[in-house]
Amino acid sequence: MDLLQLIATKYNYCLYIVLMMIGLYAMIAKNNLIKKVVGMSIFQTAIILFYVSIGYKHNATIPIIQGDHGHGTHAAILAADYINPLPHVLMLTAIVVSVATFGVAMALCVKIYQRYQTLEEDELRMRLSEK
Amino acid sequence: MTTYPELIVLAPLLGAFFAGIAAWVESRISYAITLIAMGIATACAASVFTQVLASGTIQYRMAGWAPPMGIELRIDALNAMVLLLISVIALLNLVASYRNVEKETPDRASSFYVMYLLFVVGLLGVTATGDLFNLYVLIEITSLSSYTLIALGDRDKSAIASLNYVFIGVIGASFYLLGVGYIYIKTGTLNMVDAAAIMKTMTDSSAILVAFVLCILGIWIKMALFPLHVWLPNAYSSAPVGFARVVAPLMTKVMVYVMVRLMLTVFGLDYIFDTLNLSQAVVWLGTIAILAGGAMALYQKNLKKMLTYIIVCEIGYMVGGAWLGNQMGMTGAILHIINDAIMTFALFLAVGNMVYRLDRVDYTDLQGLFAKMPWTMAGFVLAAFSIVGVPPTCGFFSKWYLVLGAFEAGAYHFAAALIISSLLCAILFFKVFEICFFEPMSEGHGHDSHGPAAVMEEAPVSSLVVLGLVSVCLIVAGLYSGTIVDTLITPILN
Repeated sequence: MDLLQLIATKYNYCLYIVLMMIGLYAMIAKNNLIKKVVGMSIFQTAIILFYVSIGYKHNATIPIIQGDHGHGTHAAILAADYINPLPHVLMLTAIVVSVATFGVAMALCVKIYQRYQTLEEDELRMRLSEK
Repeated sequence: MTTYPELIVLAPLLGAFFAGIAAWVESRISYAITLIAMGIATACAASVFTQVLASGTIQYRMAGWAPPMGIELRIDALNAMVLLLISVIALLNLVASYRNVEKETPDRASSFYVMYLLFVVGLLGVTATGDLFNLYVLIEITSLSSYTLIALGDRDKSAIASLNYVFIGVIGASFYLLGVGYIYIKTGTLNMVDAAAIMKTMTDSSAILVAFVLCILGIWIKMALFPLHVWLPNAYSSAPVGFARVVAPLMTKVMVYVMVRLMLTVFGLDYIFDTLNLSQAVVWLGTIAILAGGAMALYQKNLKKMLTYIIVCEIGYMVGGAWLGNQMGMTGAILHIINDAIMTFALFLAVGNMVYRLDRVDYTDLQGLFAKMPWTMAGFVLAAFSIVGVPPTCGFFSKWYLVLGAFEAGAYHFAAALIISSLLCAILFFKVFEICFFEPMSEGHGHDSHGPAAVMEEAPVSSLVVLGLVSVCLIVAGLYSGTIVDTLITPILN
């Protein structure tokens, strides 16, 4: 019962861990290098979703303050009315990093394919041990 | 005196940009720009270092935003020291490796310099920053540039080694990022000092524990602590020499610095050693890393490969020392960051010279090398002595502090591992010396074994001069290690 409640109230954390493990599984168990790279991408995306979810608040809106510019005083702003933008901003950077990593990994796959004409890890291992 | 801490990071970054543009014209211009950028960074690092020594911690606010909102560069004696180390080694390597780069990547020389600068930007940024998320981004900049640079190396193996490094590196960095997320949930800040102050009030929180475990685990993967080391030997031994010379001494050592920084500034030693009481387990991990690294090095038949396993072994020293839980151990670990960087740099400089002449450095290729490259071998012998821990060289002193710390903490297994690893390293290096000194040149090199002595075929002069300089540093750092400890390390720890 306790566990169910935990899952029901903290489902975002459970989801990101499930996603992360899917990614990790693909990185460890898949034989094809492209599948591994995709697994890596899922792994990183899980963390991005985790960050995005921690900025959320119930009954809150996007953090843009409505008001007439330059016309005297603003009404007092309640932080609880706005979702926290900082984790989202951080994730913009993290998305850039993960795209860059994905690109580099793909480029390496291309390089490996040009050299060995295969992307299957067991075949690569065989070719390497022949030398 | 005004200092420009931001220029330490910005000069190489702008340099990378201009070197990339200059690549359209001529790769030699890229080289010149790289050299100038590194020169500026080194000069700034030196001036910041003297400034920190004279008047304490420097805080620089990026774009004028005050912390905890803005990102700050926070430079105390510990990172001033590491900054100077990184910039000097990167600059010297640039001078030493010019011919190696031309020989190994003739058509990609300018891309090499651009990525090299970005790599150094990452390392310097990681060291200078006072912001947890910034640290993650800069670690990734370092890693991304090192993936590409490693892939420029050996035609058959480098791309595969690099891809494996990508997979494991991403897991490491992501764990760290996740840990930072938990810190942010609990404290609402990303500034190291600010987060540390808030976390002091919630030491029994399980979220902080998770954050701690994730951050440290992520950094351990990046620094290749023993069971997590598998990416390192292949990646470093197939990298082009010009890059291996700088990544081997710096990358892992900077990650050790990050670990020490997390321990000292962010989580606090009280939390780690009193609340969590993790010291014992991690010192055992360090012990196992030392023994396993040394044992695996014994099985190698290639000099570069063997040295990469010695790096794994040295990581065990620093992790074990930092987690002994007393001042002596931490002093030894921090001193070993500096000393190990210098020693590994000297070793890889020498190996780079050998590769320049021999192309391959399997043990069988090294026969008669003392006659062929006497100066390179002299530097190699000195660096090897330092790794083994022969007294006037710097390797002895940090090991001495580590052993004293181990006895103080009652971790006799760690002290035993340190001494056994010295013996292992002695065996490893004397095996190499024996091949280089006593075994005659192989027939394949076109020399008759009864014939006249081998012709001297030394590496480029610039490389030799740098090797000589670094070898002198090995002794000087050893002789002045007392001063380094008293003026730099002890004040940080008190």
